[in-house]
Amino acid sequence: MQRSERRICTKKGRKHASICLSASSNLLVKFHHSVKTGLPLWLLGFGMDRLRTDMNRLLALLFHQGVLDEQFLQLQQLQDETSPNFVSEVVTIYFRESEKLLRNLRELLSDREFSDYRRMGIHLNQFMGSSSSIGAKRVRNVCAAFRAASEQNNRLGCFHALELLEHEYCYLKNKLHEFFQVEQQRVMAAGVRYPIQN
Amino acid sequence: MENGLVPSRSDMFPAGLRVLVVDDDPTWLKILEKMLKKCSYEVTTCCLATDALDMLRKRKEGFDIVISDVNMPDMDGFKLLEHVGLEMNLPVIMMSVDGEINRVMKGVLHGACDYLLKPIRMKELQNIWQHVVRKKIHEVKDLETHEGSESIQKMRNGLDAFDDSHLLAGGDLASARRRKDLEYHGLDDQDFSDSSAAKKARVVWSIDLHQKFVSAVNHIGLDKVGPKKILDLMNVPWLTRENVASHLQKYRLYLSRLQKQNEPSFGATTQPDFSSMDPSSSFNIQSSTVMHQNNSASCSFGYFGKNMLVQDVSPEVQEVSSKVPFLPVTKSRKALTVDVPYMQKMDNGSRIELANSSGSGKKIKYTLFEPSQPTTPQQHSWGGASPMIQFTKQPKEEQSPPRYPSCQKQHIQADPIKPASSVNFGTSTSEADKVGPSEMKPWRTVYGNSHVRTVSPTSHTVKAQTNAVSAEIFDCMSTSIISPSTKCHSFDQFLNSNLGTQQLNFVSGPILVSPHEDVQLCSLQDHAYVENVGLNNLEFSDYLGPELITDIPSHLNDGLRFNSDYLFDSIEYSTIAEGLFIT
Repeated sequence: MQRSERRICTKKGRKHASICLSASSNLLVKFHHSVKTGLPLWLLGFGMDRLRTDMNRLLALLFHQGVLDEQFLQLQQLQDETSPNFVSEVVTIYFRESEKLLRNLRELLSDREFSDYRRMGIHLNQFMGSSSSIGAKRVRNVCAAFRAASEQNNRLGCFHALELLEHEYCYLKNKLHEFFQVEQQRVMAAGVRYPIQN
Repeated sequence: MENGLVPSRSDMFPAGLRVLVVDDDPTWLKILEKMLKKCSYEVTTCCLATDALDMLRKRKEGFDIVISDVNMPDMDGFKLLEHVGLEMNLPVIMMSVDGEINRVMKGVLHGACDYLLKPIRMKELQNIWQHVVRKKIHEVKDLETHEGSESIQKMRNGLDAFDDSHLLAGGDLASARRRKDLEYHGLDDQDFSDSSAAKKARVVWSIDLHQKFVSAVNHIGLDKVGPKKILDLMNVPWLTRENVASHLQKYRLYLSRLQKQNEPSFGATTQPDFSSMDPSSSFNIQSSTVMHQNNSASCSFGYFGKNMLVQDVSPEVQEVSSKVPFLPVTKSRKALTVDVPYMQKMDNGSRIELANSSGSGKKIKYTLFEPSQPTTPQQHSWGGASPMIQFTKQPKEEQSPPRYPSCQKQHIQADPIKPASSVNFGTSTSEADKVGPSEMKPWRTVYGNSHVRTVSPTSHTVKAQTNAVSAEIFDCMSTSIISPSTKCHSFDQFLNSNLGTQQLNFVSGPILVSPHEDVQLCSLQDHAYVENVGLNNLEFSDYLGPELITDIPSHLNDGLRFNSDYLFDSIEYSTIAEGLFIT
């Protein structure tokens, strides 16, 4: 752990490592545990409560980081028996739309003769709207910055903003995938009984 | 809303409110649908404004309220707003992520009942029924001005019913009474040419009537004019003072609007107050011949869209005619539903000459004044529509290869196509007027289809060899255009491909391992996939010390942009990911 701390001298490394280190320090021991047995944790009998805690912890982390905001909670509240996978469905649609938009943005910027900042602004507005729908706060903020750069016709600024946007989006996507997988586990674990209990 | 026709709905009001949601963003459509269903409303969703208009026209009484986004590709939300207010007279709520004051003002001026900012909370949607009720009350109030005092009494009774719990029932009652009163007072001599409001009686200001009005006003002199004087001069028996008063108010505003050509400052005017006698307007009133000046600030006129009175809109005709190259083009294309109702409305009086742009003589045309709005926004919508064409074209390309392994190649193939299309549509918007309409339809269907088709979710299982996948990824990496979507698709492939490889190590491979890949893959930029291929093949039973990982990218890292900083990001993520599964 020490070496990794030392190596995180760059801006990007620092940004992520600082977030990750704080949460991971007490979890390394547990990592060892699962790794030694080679069994997935939920089969080790850690149970549903643990999984729920995991989910909550992940969510808390994302809230703390500002990746998600309360709109995500609104989505969760909308989920009920009639639509048990509501949040995951909405997020899937969001990913699909966002990838389209990101592709468009990248193509626009890749064009050497690019000058249609207004169209870029339109895409960005759409992206902002979508991101606000699931509560993707950081993505939305980067979109706003991106839009500001495009309003100033600042091509370089747009490039940087796009990089950052893609980065934020991927991070969000990762985390949400994790979240849904834990949720899936929880649903599965709810129907399974383990002989080994902790 | 017919009285007694749908008793169950009015009993449980506001539940069962029929809402039409229009938004091009499918995420929001789904969320809003769910939220509105939770409020016990009947929801219909629509991602295209043109489809929404069709739906509204087909089912004239089928909806109670419309919620629409402002920025939509095929039609500007404000234009939709105007049309709905014009034809169906339904309350419309606008939504946008953009809360800038001028946008909100524009919404208000175009007649929106409300303007919601995204993200929208459910509690904001719970109260939308108030707009339906309010609109009904205003309709009743309109008729109060047209009828005598005895009918007002009946209206009051109807309005008292509003105060009871059966609000909608009261509204129904009032509208039913209103209809009866109309028949009673024999207002058949009036022109009920407004097709959308058969149940409402309007003082229809026919051309002759307005001409009388204007001549009376001119005779008296605009400064000294008052409703009573005009009424006396006009010598029209059935016209009431209130009618004249409100008409005068509008006329004054209309004149001032002509003056202030591009100033939307008179949006500050208050709600038309039918009971106010002398509108204490502070506008500069010039002579009535001014009305032929071109005027683009039609918004304030449109603001009074709630008013049932029909107004003279000849300056708007002038506006229209001044944009002759624009309108006839659009007029001829029936694909533009935007124009069709406008033309219909104009043709109501069947005395409109659109192409007439002469400034001489007063051309008093008979039509509703609401159409004054579409003229200017129409142009704006084209500006907005044409760039969207580029956007709508894209779904076409991505929809054709539904399966994942070929997806990446497709993206790259699509790229050469797109610059060509962008050249097409990059031409000036003046051409878009002509190009736009004909192109719109195919794009629209494509765009619409893209929403209908279900793209396979990111987590579908693709059995692919890791090596083959990585080879493919490398191929794609070598091309210059690597889109983030490509990246994310490929990470999905990793996700799924590693299901096979990692299952040997773990009993439940997919769940624990894949987030690991996710984290590594997507936290890094384009070229960092190379690193992750190596990582995936590691034995996870050993603790992944930093030392181990740094060795791998050294031979994989050929000219990659990223240094080991990103590597450590991935390590941190991996520990986090693992850690989160441990309690």
